[in-house]
Amino acid sequence: MYAQMVKSTGERPKTLDEMTPEERAFQQRVDADIKIEPKEWMPEGYRKTLVRQISQHAHSEIVGQLPEGNWITRAPTLDRKAILIAKVQDEAGHGLYLYCAAETLGVSRDEMTEQLLSGKAKYSSIFNYPTLTWADIGAIGWLVDGAAIMNQVQLQKCSYGPYSRAMIRICKEESFHQRQGYDIMMKLCAGTAEQKEMAQDALNRWWQPSLMMFGPSDKDSVHSAQSMAWKIKPMSNDELRQKFVDQTVPQAEYLGLKIPDPDLKWNEGKKGYDFGEIDWNEFYEVLRGNGPCNKERLDARRKAWDDGAWFRDGLMAHAQKAKARRLAAE
Amino acid sequence: MTTAVKTDLAIFELALRMGDNALILAQRVGAWCGHAPVLEEDIALANVALDLIGQTKMWLSLAGEIEGRGRTADDLAFLRDARAYRNVLLAEQPNGDFAHTLMRQFLFDAWHHPMLLALKSSCEKRVAYIAGKADKVVRYHLERSEDLVIRLGDGSEESRERMQAALDALYPFAGELCAADAIDSELAERRIAPDLSGIGESYIAYLKRTLGEATLNAPWDAATRKGGKNGMHTEELGYILAEMQWLQRAYPGAKW
Repeated sequence: MYAQMVKSTGERPKTLDEMTPEERAFQQRVDADIKIEPKEWMPEGYRKTLVRQISQHAHSEIVGQLPEGNWITRAPTLDRKAILIAKVQDEAGHGLYLYCAAETLGVSRDEMTEQLLSGKAKYSSIFNYPTLTWADIGAIGWLVDGAAIMNQVQLQKCSYGPYSRAMIRICKEESFHQRQGYDIMMKLCAGTAEQKEMAQDALNRWWQPSLMMFGPSDKDSVHSAQSMAWKIKPMSNDELRQKFVDQTVPQAEYLGLKIPDPDLKWNEGKKGYDFGEIDWNEFYEVLRGNGPCNKERLDARRKAWDDGAWFRDGLMAHAQKAKARRLAAE
Repeated sequence: MTTAVKTDLAIFELALRMGDNALILAQRVGAWCGHAPVLEEDIALANVALDLIGQTKMWLSLAGEIEGRGRTADDLAFLRDARAYRNVLLAEQPNGDFAHTLMRQFLFDAWHHPMLLALKSSCEKRVAYIAGKADKVVRYHLERSEDLVIRLGDGSEESRERMQAALDALYPFAGELCAADAIDSELAERRIAPDLSGIGESYIAYLKRTLGEATLNAPWDAATRKGGKNGMHTEELGYILAEMQWLQRAYPGAKW
């Protein structure tokens, strides 16, 4: 999702018998759905896993500004331009809440930024794909935000209080994002043949990358069990992916678009859709930094940070001068 | 004009000038999204761009209504060529470094806010209505611009140098905001818009005070660069429009 392949402890969860008294008391609170708050004792593995997950989520919001921001100056009407700006602005705001949530676990925003820019921290693979046409803005809202909501709705129940509360706030805004994306697709699909073709082409390109947002298949997801035991991650990757497919196929049908998967078919037995194997090689390549836009995205973030150094330093210098003047006047 | 509709050209021009300033500046500012020096600035600039797009819609809708030929705000935004655009040259100047973007915004806001305050008393009700809607948010734009110009001017050595370089480059464009032409004089006479020379005097006094606090010095005697209000733009505008109008031009008549 916005956090894919978050490393946890790498070990199976301990049984209650194997835990220290502190760990046991902690696990019992989690099991009883009592939220864990910043100043409470928590296992170091829990804290580290959460920092990785929340910061990865925050970085995804920040990098996620770029593919959509790419169309702000070219949005086709004044209303579309305003809505797109508002949406990209929301993403920056989500990044801000999430960095704050991570800061409650003892890591600073500057440290997290450094980890992003050095390539040490990851962000969602989805933002390494290019936005080539206006329909991509529709497809991102519809599919990418649709997938994000699916993940974030369950994260509202996360055991860590600040993260759970950030998710509640974020979910309210995300549903508007998805609607605006679908609205763009509806307009295109009701438009000229060229517009409809643009919409189909966008779906063709964004479908698989959207499914990859949920992370590797459960059988290859080594870190999920501990995260699920800690209720950092209430549902598994495959469960969420299935829900997403089941929700999205009828939406595509309503638009008159074809999901680009020859193996997609309704399975009456499971009351859900069967779908074709995902190209996991592509997924791992993108995570390794070899996606179509990995370089451009990181370069853009590094440039923003480096070019802005004088701005941040200038404000600090002014604050110091002002403080010195206040002290001198006292 | 061959149409039977009689357009009040002066009010039409006023609405275009106000709307085009907002639109072209929003187009410039919006391009920062995701590229600003800190997250808070990404958010703040998006806010400014959003406010300006909202004002664009009101002003250009009014222009279309006054013109009476059925053109919508979108028609005016996306289907006019550079010579028909009426924004001041300042608004179309490139983003440059962040100092240029901030200084451009400051020089604009410092005029925009008193202008809107004065337009609230316009005897043309539709103009007064839009000004009344816009002035509250533009007051915040000015507060923010003023604050940053002072802090960065009176900041580090580098921030001061950058802000001064931006001021040197952009101040020559500021004069156009307050330079009255025949249309402005007619609007002032008809009490639709304020006398620009009055706005200009307090504008200069305000700049002197605030830039002084920022330890910056404008090239006060520099020749004024103008022409945008009458459709004589810099070469920048053509590129802004090429980008902004691309979809509407490439797919004529399509609905988005």
